[in-house]
Amino acid sequence: MSAVIDAHHHDDHAHGPAKGITRWLYTTNHKDIGSMYLWFSFIMFLAGGVMALVIRAELFQPGHSFVDPHFFNQMTTMHGLVMVFGAIMPAFVGLANWMLPMMVGAPDMALPRMNNLSFWILPFASLMLISTLFMEGGGPDFGWTMYAPLSTTYAPDSVTFMIFAIHLLGASSIMGAINIIATILNMRAPGMTLMKMPMFVWTWLITAYLLIAVMPVLAGAVTMMLFDIHFGTSFFDAAGGGDPVLFQHIFWFFGHPEVYIMILPAFGIVSHVIPAFSRKRLFGYDSMVYATSSIAFLSFIVWAHHMFTVGMPLAGQLFFMYATMLIAVPTGVKVFNWVSTMWQGSMTFETPMLFALAFVFLFTVGGFSGVMLAIAPADYQYHDTYFVVAHFHYVLVSGALFSIFCAVYYWLPKWTGFMYSEALGKLHFWLSFIGVNVAFFPMHFSGLAGMPRRIPDYALQFANFNAWSTVGAFIFGLSQLVFLYVVIKSIRGGQKATAQVWDGAEGLEWTVPSPAPYHTFSTPPVVK
Amino acid sequence: MTEFQTQSETVNRQAEAAARTRRTVTRLGLGTLGMFAFAFALVPIYDVICEVTGLNGKTAGQYEYVESELVADETREIQVRFITNVNGGMSWRFGSDVGGMRVTSGGMHEAVFHAHNPTDRVMVAQTIPSVAPGRAAAFFHKTQCFCFEQQVLQPGESVEMPMRFIVDRDLPESIRTISLSYTMFDITDQVRNVHDSVGTAAGS
Repeated sequence: MSAVIDAHHHDDHAHGPAKGITRWLYTTNHKDIGSMYLWFSFIMFLAGGVMALVIRAELFQPGHSFVDPHFFNQMTTMHGLVMVFGAIMPAFVGLANWMLPMMVGAPDMALPRMNNLSFWILPFASLMLISTLFMEGGGPDFGWTMYAPLSTTYAPDSVTFMIFAIHLLGASSIMGAINIIATILNMRAPGMTLMKMPMFVWTWLITAYLLIAVMPVLAGAVTMMLFDIHFGTSFFDAAGGGDPVLFQHIFWFFGHPEVYIMILPAFGIVSHVIPAFSRKRLFGYDSMVYATSSIAFLSFIVWAHHMFTVGMPLAGQLFFMYATMLIAVPTGVKVFNWVSTMWQGSMTFETPMLFALAFVFLFTVGGFSGVMLAIAPADYQYHDTYFVVAHFHYVLVSGALFSIFCAVYYWLPKWTGFMYSEALGKLHFWLSFIGVNVAFFPMHFSGLAGMPRRIPDYALQFANFNAWSTVGAFIFGLSQLVFLYVVIKSIRGGQKATAQVWDGAEGLEWTVPSPAPYHTFSTPPVVK
Repeated sequence: MTEFQTQSETVNRQAEAAARTRRTVTRLGLGTLGMFAFAFALVPIYDVICEVTGLNGKTAGQYEYVESELVADETREIQVRFITNVNGGMSWRFGSDVGGMRVTSGGMHEAVFHAHNPTDRVMVAQTIPSVAPGRAAAFFHKTQCFCFEQQVLQPGESVEMPMRFIVDRDLPESIRTISLSYTMFDITDQVRNVHDSVGTAAGS
């Protein structure tokens, strides 16, 4: 009995973070790990961004002007891999680490040690991935989709390092997902029923299930590649009775849920920010939950819309076409709810709200071009053109990435204890907004006119569109330095933030002081 | 006393939460392993789906037939076209005597293909068939085909390879033309690797 009491007393000692580098190496604190995830993803975002600027510099003018075509191929491949696995996904996991325990009233994540491991895998895996660029024969040059046999029979030797890097990145994501589900299901404060959870918690719960369902499938696909390359199997080798198209099916069975993994948490973030700055409750909370679940379910049965042109029976094309278009319904419900939340609200337009509004508007643009691509007969024209590039950059840059900016501005005062500079935040927003649209909107036109993806040169007729895209890309890329400056400035000082920060914000995270203490909710709050 | 009770309640609740977390993690861990296995299960599933739907025009193996049941439907003619390719930079010459033939459904027909190895080394080839439209694949039966085995050709050697086939009488009415495509792959290295790994005795 006394042991029990002693243990309890021991817990009561408020101990802050350890000093020096060991704080970060050994930490099991969700806030420390969340910060590391966010900084790591920002570094990877800059690395992937530099690769994007290399691509755009090459495409500024027709002709081979800037880099070797082989290096160009490596850039398109690594840009995709780094942005997906290094920037967007870890950024969302970082936000989850920081916010989920505070949002559900838990003292920390359910599995703090595994949390440390799942973060510290990332830098090494990414280093291994990027190191392929400096290997003999160059890095992976077959596109982030890794289609066999380009990624097996014809791949550079460094592909093996890429495969192991993906295994590690996948293991990290799966551990993160298990941790998040365990936290949400078992650590909620008393009284917080599932249907009272904040939307960010809901969307992350569903995202984590998607991760557990599909990251192992990607691991399986790259393992098969590994076996084909080194152990003489023929999963994807037609000569040995395999089938390269099988790779595409397995990859996109992972790949389509993967794109929702990168957008569902964004839906959650926007569902917090729009009500906060409209000073109204979120319109249609229940329908938001059901819409998110429907999108997650549909994501498993639409994968083949990425491969209409490889040949499939008519019934298959029709099924995948209609199933894909069906996704527009729950997505439309969400957009409707966001707009209805704003309706008759007393709106203000601080930086998080600007990013949230841009998200709703530009993500919808990307959604519509997605519906266009879903139309199987039309897709034969659009397939593998810059129209596809425009589509997925509208949903991933002005969708997922803008929501991450939105989240950072929204919660930054809670993290640092200081308000960020609103003027510089707005400058960052407008530069990003203009840059994104100048970069990616012309790609719709160059794509519809027939410019193919992943080619380092193009016909003269596309010159104007490409010049615009390059200018936009550089505006967007350089404006991220403003973002870096705003964040550092807010860490170093500024106007003190109150606990509430935003007068319209709701949720448990706003009941703790700003900056959030190292340990929060050691005793769970009661949710009514 | 009351304070002690709340403390022991807290401890109980923590222990209960830890047990629930263990259960959750076990279930999710098993789910992860299950999905990894599912990725590999997709390989046979894909083969079955291809066979059922004729996806990719995959044809079956050697067809067993009964001589007495071979009745040609003289009223129905089907155009069969042959397409031959060598994969990648393979230097063999590979083709058929005729680009195609008109055949009756239900009857046995023969076409002769030939291959020539112009290089100065022994090479091994494997040919992979594919039928278009995919729906016709299930009705195109091969009773003898060089694609069922590998070809080993000495430097400068040529070979004639007869292929015998039956177009099923149940072929859907809408199909009037069947394209049979053969792609020849150079598998010399794969064969050598296998022989090296199992020892030269098995190889000879």
